[in-house]
Amino acid sequence: MSFSLLAAAGAPNPLLPATAEIVVGFVAFGLLYMVMRRRVVPLFEKAFTARTEAIQGGIERAEKAQAEAAEALVQYTEQLSKAQAESQTIREEARVQGAAILEELRAKAQEEAARITATAHASIEAERQQAITSLRNEVGALAVELASKIVGEALDDQVRQSRVVDRFLDDLEKSKK
Amino acid sequence: MRSMYSFLAEGDEFVPPSSRDFVLPPIFGDNPYSTKPIFLVFLSVILLSLFFVMASRKAAIVPSKMQFAGETVYAYVRNELGRDIIGHEFMRFVPYLFSLFTFILVNNWFGIIPMLQFPTMSRISFAYVLGIITFAVFHYVGIRHHGIIKYLKDILFMPGVPKPVYILLTPIEVATYLIVRPLTLSLRLFANMFAGHLLLMIFILGGEHLLQGAITLKLVSPFAFAFGIALTFFEFLVQCLQAYIFTLLTALYIGGALADEH
Repeated sequence: MSFSLLAAAGAPNPLLPATAEIVVGFVAFGLLYMVMRRRVVPLFEKAFTARTEAIQGGIERAEKAQAEAAEALVQYTEQLSKAQAESQTIREEARVQGAAILEELRAKAQEEAARITATAHASIEAERQQAITSLRNEVGALAVELASKIVGEALDDQVRQSRVVDRFLDDLEKSKK
Repeated sequence: MRSMYSFLAEGDEFVPPSSRDFVLPPIFGDNPYSTKPIFLVFLSVILLSLFFVMASRKAAIVPSKMQFAGETVYAYVRNELGRDIIGHEFMRFVPYLFSLFTFILVNNWFGIIPMLQFPTMSRISFAYVLGIITFAVFHYVGIRHHGIIKYLKDILFMPGVPKPVYILLTPIEVATYLIVRPLTLSLRLFANMFAGHLLLMIFILGGEHLLQGAITLKLVSPFAFAFGIALTFFEFLVQCLQAYIFTLLTALYIGGALADEH
């Protein structure tokens, strides 16, 4: 009951320490310090470090991605212009080739037509010649046969036959006059 | 002394609060380790440990609300009081500064937390303990950094001063380093908490006493209570400020001990 005695004796001096409180002060603060030092501070520091790294890593990744995208864009643009140029060349070539093919075909057709015409002319001429020859022979034979029938004279000799025909023809002409 | 207040009282005399009110009897028998301030100190250690261990447990990159709250306090002590004042070796002292700041802050808050309502640091023993630790830390750091000879020489004979001035300066420096610094740290903290608590008691207990008096006194009592409430907010400010000042000065002393020129 020392406390009640102290209180009864009048206002105590508040600047005087109490042993129990000094001991508890050291022990309690020591405990708190241990907890902070062993557990809390290292974990907060870990979180800070991880956060800093995450942010830095994120920025680096974003920069890398941006650089890659820019590179890809350049590449695509290049490819596109190349493809356009190529298609232009191919179109030009095709046009030229098409014109050439057309020209060739036209030339071939004309040649063929000329050839067919020539063949036709030749064949007509040959047939005409053949017809003339055969006509001449047949007319002669028919005339002789007719004359021999009429004259009753067998004319087997070729020379004689021609002479008779000529004479006949001459006579025919004379009688006409 | 008591006659000064006697005009307030109609029936019983008003007993103004005094340092007597800071001496609380043991809760269990005569055991001096079972007083309210001692329980409050342990309570503060338990609450702080629980809160900060839970807050830091995950150490996540994207913090939860609790981790964010804990980190905010930690980052403030670490950067504003540690890094900016002590310099590149600050990380060694962050656990101490952080423990100091949170310990004083919560124990001060106990002064206005309902049901607890006793600032532990108004018991000077606890303020002495913290003052002694800071004293030991900054001298130890200084001796380790400079070597004992140079450290003592720098204190006794401040460099860059004309020799005759030492007659005046040396006693002042010795007193500063050995007595003034730890004592003012402890006294400042203690006195602020002591005075603040006393002030709150005067207005709250006074208001209560007025309420028991005559009708005119009853009408005055709300003003006393209102003032008590306003002072409670003011006390909150003082409590935070004192925790900050104690930690700041500790950091300054450590920084000074580490500095190459005093």
